[in-house]
Amino acid sequence: MGKRKQIQTALTHVALILLSVVFALPLLWMLSTSLKPISETLTTPPKWIPTEVMWSNYPDAINYNSKQLGYIPFLVYMRNTVVVTILCIVGSVTSNALVAYSFSRLRWAGRDAFFGLTVATMMIPFPVLMVPTFTLFRYLGWVGSFKPLWVPAFFASAFSIFLLRQFFRTIPMELSEAAKLDGCSEFRIFTDVIVPLAKPALMVVALFTFMGSWNDFLGPLIYLVDQNTFTLALGLSAYQTQHGGTPWNLLMAATLLVILPILIVFFFAQKLFIQGIATSGFK
Amino acid sequence: MKKDLRIGLLFALPWILGFIIFLAYPVLASLYYSFTNFSILREPSYVGADNYAELASDTVFHKALINTLIYAVGAVPLSTVVAIGLAMLLNTKVKGMSYYRTIFFLPSLVPMVALGTLFLWIFNGDYGLLNEGIRAANLEPPNWLGDPAWSKSTLMLISMWGCGQAMVIYLAGLQNVPVSLYEAADLDGAKLGKKIWNVTLPMLSPVILFNVVMGIIGALQVFAVPYVMFPGGAPARSTYFIASYLFDNAFQYQRMGYASAVGWVMFIITLVLTLLALKMSDRHVHYETE
Repeated sequence: MGKRKQIQTALTHVALILLSVVFALPLLWMLSTSLKPISETLTTPPKWIPTEVMWSNYPDAINYNSKQLGYIPFLVYMRNTVVVTILCIVGSVTSNALVAYSFSRLRWAGRDAFFGLTVATMMIPFPVLMVPTFTLFRYLGWVGSFKPLWVPAFFASAFSIFLLRQFFRTIPMELSEAAKLDGCSEFRIFTDVIVPLAKPALMVVALFTFMGSWNDFLGPLIYLVDQNTFTLALGLSAYQTQHGGTPWNLLMAATLLVILPILIVFFFAQKLFIQGIATSGFK
Repeated sequence: MKKDLRIGLLFALPWILGFIIFLAYPVLASLYYSFTNFSILREPSYVGADNYAELASDTVFHKALINTLIYAVGAVPLSTVVAIGLAMLLNTKVKGMSYYRTIFFLPSLVPMVALGTLFLWIFNGDYGLLNEGIRAANLEPPNWLGDPAWSKSTLMLISMWGCGQAMVIYLAGLQNVPVSLYEAADLDGAKLGKKIWNVTLPMLSPVILFNVVMGIIGALQVFAVPYVMFPGGAPARSTYFIASYLFDNAFQYQRMGYASAVGWVMFIITLVLTLLALKMSDRHVHYETE
């Protein structure tokens, strides 16, 4: 028995190590390329360690002059992305928490039917909504501004409502009843009892929103017109040239700068994040 | 009771408005638009079922539709198997788990566009890292990006790197499987394969269903990665998908009515496939009764 267990553990280790190589390799390649001189980016066989580590690729990527598009204002893209992402997180966390509270801890006629409908809307593909939503924002004069990217976040979303509702349901009802006996209003119960207890789940919603908004490509592609209003996900494509001559080392440096904030946030939030998903329970 | 309803609706207000403005209205409006001729410059004018009739004989649309279905049939099972496999490995008790967890999840954090540019580079037929590896093993490497027979497989392989989100959800599901069930199986002398087949997978089945349905919905609207990696659906439109065609009609060709018809066909296909998945799962998904 003991021997068999040992073999199993060893095999698990081997599988985990092999797979993590497969998963980590592209990102390591990105890192390695971002530090190479341009002459070493296309060598055969590929070179993993650059002969000369080019830290200057990073400032160069930030101040890149594209032959086709001119100067690429990387820092402006960064600022735009930060603004949009922060607004999205604020909107998404507050609105989804309120709505999930209503669906899980308040009793009202039609609640469960509406929740069923809400879950069903997850089946609607985004492209179906694209044309009318665009027409609507165009009518409001919002095309070319950031508003189409962050305003919808303030109106909740089915997936996050679903996730938070599952979590809110696990909080004992007695806590709410006790607060009610103390004369708390529903809003006070929400802010003082439920929100503090639901922090892990709210973190998960914040993180999903952060990732979705930071990485969003289609939204900015449709709504942003002027190059100075671009977000990072959209701006990255400026480093690629159609007919060869892409500065791969600079592109990879810029890409790493784009994903760095996400890596940092995930690194610090990792435990809370996985805990939050585990306790929300997808069922 | 009246007061309960008022408070309930008040808390749900953001979503009631969001539901009406960003879901119900666009869905109905796009149904209406799909029966019109319409662009930014021109008010919608009713043309009956013309758009749908045109779709029926539009060879580019057929190509995009078939591409999308092939992609979904390949990508969904592949990433499901990979995500469940990884989650099972991560659910074992060996050292260094938090490192592995981070490594497997990392690629899902990378923006799809960045992922696309990176893989454009790794999968390149001439100087890509992957083919260098294949050549080093003395094999004839395929032209991943330039050969229509391989381009879709390239996208399917890439989708595998993004399975981290599903993986975490599976992992959470695995951690909810009662240990007592495994102990009972141990007492019966069950082998590892039997335990996975008879305990783990049935207990995990609701989570699998959820992820597969979300996977199908996601795969049918694949857009960003092919848009970045294969401009215009190159080579030979082998990577041109329904969402690409919808986007081009709406924002390149200024045919928003036609684009809406494309959208509704996509919507109906999504609905049919989702319902099919739910129906087929009836017999196989095990729900715990509490």
